[in-house]
Amino acid sequence: MATYQEFIQQNEDRDGIRCSWNLWPSSRLEATRLVVPVSCLYTPLKERPDLPPVQYEPVPCTRANCKAVLNPLCQVDFRAKIWACNFCFQRNSFPPSYAGISEVNQPAELMPQFSTIEYIVQRGPPTPLIFLYLVDTCLEEEDLQALKESLQMSLSLLPPNALVGLITFGRMIQVHELSCEGIAKSYVFRGTKELAPKQIQEMLGLMKPATSGQQGKPLAPHDAAASCRFLQPVQMVDMNLTDLLGELQRDPWPVPQGKRPLRSTGIALSIAVGLLEGTFPNTGARVMLFTGGPPTQGPGMVVGDELKTPIRSWHDIQKDNARHLKKATKYYEALANRAAVNGHSVDIYACALDQTGLLEMKCLSNLTGGHIVMGDSFNTSLFKQTFQRVFNKDYNGEFRMAFGATLEVKTSRELKVSGAIGPCVSLNTKGPCVSDSEMGVGGTCQWKICSLSPATTLAMYFEVVNQHNAPVPQGGRGVVQFVTQYQHSNTQRRIRVTTIARNWADAQSQIQHIESSFDQEASAVLMARLGVFRAESEEGPDVLRWLDRQLIRLCQKFGQFNKDDPNSFRLSESLSLYPQFMFHLRRSPFLQVFNNSPDESSYYRHHFVRQDLTQSLIMIQPILYSYSFHGPPEPVLLDSSSILPDRILLMDTFFQLVIYHGETIAQWRKAGYQEMAEYENFKQLLQAPLDDAQEILQTRFPMPRYIDTEHGGSQARFLLSKVNPSQTHNNLYAWGQESGAPILTDDVSLQVFMDHLKKLAVSSSA
Amino acid sequence: MNVNQQPHMASPYGQPQPGYQRYPQPGYQRYPQPGYQRYPQPGYGGGHVPSAYPAQYAPDNGPGSGYQQGPPQGMREPPTSGTPPVSGAQSYSQFGQGETQNGPPPMVAPPQGTLVSQPHTPNAVSLSGPTQPPYGQQFGSPPIGMQQMTNQMASMQVGSTAPSPAGPGYAPPSTAQAPISAAYTPSAPPTFPPTSSAPSQPPPTEAVAQAPPQPYYGAPPPAQQPFPNAVSTFSSAGPTQPQAPPSVSQQSFPQAPAVSQPPFSTAPPPGPSQSYGGPLPPTQPSFQRAPLPTSQPGVFPGGPPPTSTHSQLPGPMPPQPPVSQPSPYYSEPPPTTASFPPQVGAPPRPPLAGMQGPPMASQGPLMASHGPPGASQGPPMQSQGPPMAQVNHVPPSQPGMPPGPINASLSGPPPQPGMQGYPPQQNGAFGQVRGPQPGYAAPPYSGQPNYGAPPAAPAPAPAAPKRLDPDSIPSPQTSDMPPVQKTRHRIDPDAIPSPIQVIEDDKANKGSQPFTTGVRGQAPPLVTTRFQVKDQGNASPRYIRCTAYNMPCNSDMAKQSQVPLAAVIKPLATLPPDESPPYLVDHGESGPIRCNRCKAYMCPFMQFIEGGRRFQCGFCSCVTEVPPHYFQHLDHTGKRVDCYERPELSMGSYEFMATVDYCKNNKFPQPPAFIFLIDVSYNAVKNGMVGMVCQELKTLMDYLPRENPDVESNVRVGFVTYNKVLHFYNVKASLAQPQMLVVSDVADMFVPLLDGFLVNVSESRVVIESLLDQIPEMFADTRETETVFGPVIQAGLEALKAADCAGKLFIFHSSLPIAEAPGKLKNREDKKLVGTDKEKSLFQPQVSFYNTLAKDCVAQGCCVDLFLFPNQYVDVATLGVVPTSTGGSIYKYTYFQASSDQERFLNDLRRDVQKQMGFDAVMRVRTSTGIRATDFFGSFYMSNTTDVELAGLDCDKTVTVEFRHDDKLSEETGALMQCAVLYTSCSGQRRLRVHNMAVNCCSQLADLYRNCETDTIINFFVKYAYRSVLSSPTKNVRDSLVNQCAQILACYRKNCASPSSAGQLILPECMKLLPVYLNCVLKSDVLQPGADVSLDDRAYLRQLVSAMDVAESHVFFYPRLLPLQKLDAESTSLPLAVRDSEERLSRGGVYLLENGLNIFIWVGVNAQQELLQNIFGTPAFSQIDPSMTSLPALDNPFSKRLKEIIESIRAQRSRYMKLMVVKQEDKLELIFKHFLVEDKSNNGGASYVDFLCHMHKEIRQLLS
Repeated sequence: MATYQEFIQQNEDRDGIRCSWNLWPSSRLEATRLVVPVSCLYTPLKERPDLPPVQYEPVPCTRANCKAVLNPLCQVDFRAKIWACNFCFQRNSFPPSYAGISEVNQPAELMPQFSTIEYIVQRGPPTPLIFLYLVDTCLEEEDLQALKESLQMSLSLLPPNALVGLITFGRMIQVHELSCEGIAKSYVFRGTKELAPKQIQEMLGLMKPATSGQQGKPLAPHDAAASCRFLQPVQMVDMNLTDLLGELQRDPWPVPQGKRPLRSTGIALSIAVGLLEGTFPNTGARVMLFTGGPPTQGPGMVVGDELKTPIRSWHDIQKDNARHLKKATKYYEALANRAAVNGHSVDIYACALDQTGLLEMKCLSNLTGGHIVMGDSFNTSLFKQTFQRVFNKDYNGEFRMAFGATLEVKTSRELKVSGAIGPCVSLNTKGPCVSDSEMGVGGTCQWKICSLSPATTLAMYFEVVNQHNAPVPQGGRGVVQFVTQYQHSNTQRRIRVTTIARNWADAQSQIQHIESSFDQEASAVLMARLGVFRAESEEGPDVLRWLDRQLIRLCQKFGQFNKDDPNSFRLSESLSLYPQFMFHLRRSPFLQVFNNSPDESSYYRHHFVRQDLTQSLIMIQPILYSYSFHGPPEPVLLDSSSILPDRILLMDTFFQLVIYHGETIAQWRKAGYQEMAEYENFKQLLQAPLDDAQEILQTRFPMPRYIDTEHGGSQARFLLSKVNPSQTHNNLYAWGQESGAPILTDDVSLQVFMDHLKKLAVSSSA
Repeated sequence: MNVNQQPHMASPYGQPQPGYQRYPQPGYQRYPQPGYQRYPQPGYGGGHVPSAYPAQYAPDNGPGSGYQQGPPQGMREPPTSGTPPVSGAQSYSQFGQGETQNGPPPMVAPPQGTLVSQPHTPNAVSLSGPTQPPYGQQFGSPPIGMQQMTNQMASMQVGSTAPSPAGPGYAPPSTAQAPISAAYTPSAPPTFPPTSSAPSQPPPTEAVAQAPPQPYYGAPPPAQQPFPNAVSTFSSAGPTQPQAPPSVSQQSFPQAPAVSQPPFSTAPPPGPSQSYGGPLPPTQPSFQRAPLPTSQPGVFPGGPPPTSTHSQLPGPMPPQPPVSQPSPYYSEPPPTTASFPPQVGAPPRPPLAGMQGPPMASQGPLMASHGPPGASQGPPMQSQGPPMAQVNHVPPSQPGMPPGPINASLSGPPPQPGMQGYPPQQNGAFGQVRGPQPGYAAPPYSGQPNYGAPPAAPAPAPAAPKRLDPDSIPSPQTSDMPPVQKTRHRIDPDAIPSPIQVIEDDKANKGSQPFTTGVRGQAPPLVTTRFQVKDQGNASPRYIRCTAYNMPCNSDMAKQSQVPLAAVIKPLATLPPDESPPYLVDHGESGPIRCNRCKAYMCPFMQFIEGGRRFQCGFCSCVTEVPPHYFQHLDHTGKRVDCYERPELSMGSYEFMATVDYCKNNKFPQPPAFIFLIDVSYNAVKNGMVGMVCQELKTLMDYLPRENPDVESNVRVGFVTYNKVLHFYNVKASLAQPQMLVVSDVADMFVPLLDGFLVNVSESRVVIESLLDQIPEMFADTRETETVFGPVIQAGLEALKAADCAGKLFIFHSSLPIAEAPGKLKNREDKKLVGTDKEKSLFQPQVSFYNTLAKDCVAQGCCVDLFLFPNQYVDVATLGVVPTSTGGSIYKYTYFQASSDQERFLNDLRRDVQKQMGFDAVMRVRTSTGIRATDFFGSFYMSNTTDVELAGLDCDKTVTVEFRHDDKLSEETGALMQCAVLYTSCSGQRRLRVHNMAVNCCSQLADLYRNCETDTIINFFVKYAYRSVLSSPTKNVRDSLVNQCAQILACYRKNCASPSSAGQLILPECMKLLPVYLNCVLKSDVLQPGADVSLDDRAYLRQLVSAMDVAESHVFFYPRLLPLQKLDAESTSLPLAVRDSEERLSRGGVYLLENGLNIFIWVGVNAQQELLQNIFGTPAFSQIDPSMTSLPALDNPFSKRLKEIIESIRAQRSRYMKLMVVKQEDKLELIFKHFLVEDKSNNGGASYVDFLCHMHKEIRQLLS
């Protein structure tokens, strides 16, 4: 048998699943004692070039409250043409189309390698994608110009049949009509007055809303198009819209000295949501908000227009001194929920030097699966490239985005699902597999993910419900099935079904196995998501304390030690990295708000709860590569000791890409050696990290901030704040090593952290 | 008659009646003037008059002379004033006579003896005579009749004639009226000559008689001449006064009158009356008939002789007078200006002549002709016979037969000769008629009955039905007797005061020389007169007109007289090119100099004292230091030496440059903006409005108002279209295409953009034109029928707010705003409410939303002009709230059709866009201590009791201000008022326009009555009444109007006119048109709507009239009617207007009628082919297309001249008048007839004659 390592890898490749435990404790009590819950990271749309979708409907279990999909784990009686549901044990006969089924003629969904399978189904007419641009005009001329260009460029990237719409806002909100010839028309709303969705539709002249389609039965596109002058096929209004964007003016209202421009983001969003709600409910759509500053008026206002009142900081929030925070948050949450219900997602592209109110608005993206991109200006490659990358295409030439997904989880009887953490909202579907205890977004077995990309990953948490004294379940395997229905970017409706099974293990007797089945990377991420999820609603220190407690308990559970003897403490290989992840997690911006604005924290957290495992790990513990004449580039410890004068370091924190030139290298570079032919190798050395960085930049979304710095450079702080401060001004020479950069911090180093951990883990009083 | 043209009184006579004090004035005036006038008149009448009249009023004069009864008038006056001295007594007697004349003429006659003295008095009395004269002087009356006859109006005027001298009366009167003296002089001279001529005429009959008179007159006249007008009357008076003989004559007159009266009243009259009656009735008929004249003449002659006694007079009189009159008027003669003369012409004159010269004899007849008067007179005459003068008078009067007519007119039922006789007297005062009736009533009627009974009765009866309105006819009559009615029936419309006459007189007297404003309390020429103004310290009448130029000193007087004290102010009035606009004074940083206490601005009323170091405020008397930089030494008269270099020290009107302290928020204003808001709903598009507006606006962009024609206008423009939602347009210069911004949130209106909405035309011209080209296309296929309105105004308001400037909204709207939005309205048109107590609710806005909105608009300086294009009810009462509160205008084009209404609409639009205006204005009227501006009427908003806030103030907007006493005024200082208007000019300059006005104060009521302006009073009454309909039922409003007028006239009658029979209607010269104008107001669509008048139209008119100036309100209520067949294509003058009565329309003529809103061309069925050919290009009546909206351009001088005239008329009015062609006996004629305001209207409005009778009744009730 392959190692767990291989098993995990194989499973991830095939199903996009990483479980915290790959053997599941057979009882509730044992599961609880394992500290890290039975859970998994699931990437519903993981790219599977090797998995062509099948062109037929899945076969569901006929039990009304089960409806699990036929899968390779089902027992099949080929002769009777009957299959038994492996969740509810219902016996189902195959549909007529399966008449020819036999052991040698099996449908794909019965083959083991198709534990994940994708169906293309016909549900109503295909609906085009919808892109509604929501553009802030309170920008600097330069920014606006750049934004306009990006938007114009994006038109060529959209699928030709996609519907596109434009809303601009500043002090007022303009909904531009795109169908008209001649004079450009737009409907204008004031930015201070909240309107009911009905009113908005009325005012936009959409009062004959097409029959509100059932989920999965969106409107006929031509009908909708006819009824809505604001959303038109891009191929038809391409020129028009390009001109319109070209003529876009900055918000014409004068901004008095000492004031912020009045920006009605809140109402603009509500109009966008209302517009789509009225015209294309349950149809995949993206509202793309481009904003250059905080909402300053109307509902959803984040800060007043007085410049002398700064936008809220964490300090203010902790002091409960942020006047608009709660109201605005509530407002945007309500909006987000409305959008989510209709399957529309909201992207936020916020480019400003100061905060733009992401803290309040984040739920718009978080709940609807939208992107958040944060930059300093629209006139930066960070924004431009990122925006362009939204429209990236996959190997099939299709957009890497899907819409209006519903993820349903089915579990075998010993398991229940406690919740999910990711860019989703609960659909509040009760079912037999819904646990009473909630972790993340729980209380349901169905979630809506309005928009997802192949990288979108959800953390799913389960609860083992088997009683302690009950026998290990029959068949020995726990099964979980994920059914994801979504609208593919090519407008097809698809269903992806992933069915996984893990063996039950008796925690009493098989604790070793269980320990070795521990996936510390996945666990770290899963725990981190829980922590981040908690951090959204709890005080930072409480979350840290909770995390510490979990860590200590885990160490107590699986560590080998003598009581009260920290030095005797040992962890097995499968857990060895876990404390280190926790150490970095504690210092990460996801849990630490120091030095981060509320917006930044929101931004980081947003991405953290949706990226896949690899990216998440990078976020928790950035990767550091070292380049030197001493050998090929190598990953090095994220430690101050890695900062050496003759090295070039490349650090990837997911959000930033830092190239750090050691002191000596920096001097050489300054002296221009790389220009000299005889120092060709130096030039290559300098080039190497750049090339690698380029590679990362090419693939990552959102595009990271690229920082090229050197020893003593101000931007070196990005590196210094991440590395383990093993050398500080307090212990500079304690280690007696020849190199490494001291970090001016009072933060504890990993060593200290580990020492404490050991001490606490072995403490009998803990 | 009524006309008592007190004016006369006023002038001269002081002398005569020194004795009379009360009267003094009146008396004096009357006497003097009348006297003079009369004398002159008599003189004239006798000899000159005829001729004189001929010249001027030829006809009238003739009669006038006849009227000379004036003397009688004189008599009358005396009566009024007469009280005091003997003369007074005389006067009384006269009056008595006058009044009595009708009835007791015979009696009078006897009195005459006494009267004789009177005659003299008459002279003195003349005044009275003048006032009442015509009437009063029964002789006069007859004469009046004559006079009246002569002076068509004369009758009225006649009374007035005498008065006329005063002013109103005959032409002469008019002259007299204006400046009595002045007027007179001019007219006088001519008159004399005429008289002489007249004499000549008379001679025929009785050269001698005339001659004498003439001489007399001649002699007196000169002196009297000044009163030329009066002259006519005077003529009569003249004789009296000037010569003892005249007195005699007068006596005779008096007698006559007395007689006449007596006859009526007394039994005696019966006899005569009978005789009359016998003759009369027939005569009347005959008279009426054209042919009669001939007979008349005959009659007259005959008459006279017979008259030898009353009987004679009556007999002949009636016939003759009537005949002559009628014929003249009705028959061919009438048409001839001569109407009077004409008739008189041959006959009349002769009669006159006869009258004058032979007066006695002839007069006798004449008198007789007059009928009652005649009769009465007749006797007197006879008795007087000797008194040539009398004769003269009489004769004139007789000739005046017109008097007869007059009487008739007065009496209402001119028809009846008898009546006439009476009427004349009565006519004298309309009241008289009644008076007579009453007075006469018993007797006269009885008498008449007698007379009429047999013959008259029949005639009268018919007559009565015809003309007399039961209501209008004094109840007395009715009560008196049916016959009476008869008598009344025949009140001759020519015998009652004629607006045309008054207007023409004023033109003749005052039109020729500039009006200088230096003299305090001087009444300006009428609005119908063209004149030049020279500002010498008081504001031009183009800016301010007052109801009274002689204000009562204290509130008791004011209350007693009930004459409204008001000023009609048009602060930004456009001046003719030959008058310079107000100078702009810039005092730099320190701003205008003001009184410390009342804050009045520096003006000529400030008295510099202490060597110029301080000045005392003329308004509040507070002493204020002169700022050092403004100091100047005084000359020996106490005037600053730089007085004439500084407009604020020497002019009535000027402007100050305002400093920043006078600006909102203490910062200088931005230039104003114009926002065009166009309804693009289905109706608006379909009727072509949208296309038309857009097309026109492209041109108009070049004509935005500017102060300096060489510079581009500073006014910025913005565009909005709307139906259920609003579309704003971004027309920023940098755009290739305009952008439309739709605001559908009408519940909470806002402006979607700032930069690019209001733009400079020169910068954004291309984009604007592109927009205006595209708007009609964009909405060509619209199916939206609902509109909003409130949000439209809000949008404009918000736009101006956002731009922080004042401005004007032009809203082009088509339908009732029923779309869901603030200010949504529902159709509440319910004609069942008309005439009920709830009717007022129809004038009130149905929601309060617009009131609040209007307030906001005013605060921002947002003026709203509304162009309506309704196909059905749009609730103008509600939609108009904002325009009328913000100084805006409403234009309404019901059933708008591009083809027929285009011209009118576009011209209105052009004018409205181009006209000069001020924005964000505040007007304040400061007055001398003693009076206070208490009430304001017009299109504006007031947030407190003193400041009139006008978001916009254009050159047509007028504010009427009412003053009340809060203390006493002194005669010495007069009453001062200063109207200061702070506004932002179209270039964005903040300015103060100051108008100063000083009027006299009087402690005598007569002074008040002598110096009033009826047109202005009517303007005030209209505005007052039109506002009252908001709170009271229209009936109450009408009643109170009538009541107040009755009180005014009764007060005059009681306090200023000489005592006379209550039956006499005596009108102050200045107010003799009050009844006719008032009647027009009462009959207006607002106060008494016909069934076909929509509620919208009423509301529209109500709001329209509320901001009218005097000229507009005048022509609106009394339309101008020009006989085109008399148009001389070669001359630059207009044909003499005719009175607004169907009777004046000849079937063979073509007439033009204009009322400031419409022009009608009325074509008679028998119009000459040549005329039609000239005008319409077709000789056939049937081929004239009644749907044409403009006359064809034909290549003949007549057509060209006519078009020119129409253009010039249109240019005079603030709104373009739509031209309609009305063919006689066509369906459309009904509409046209609505504007013949002297006729009975089909919605129940009384005819002029009827109303006069009614008025008289009211007055009499008050007096008793």
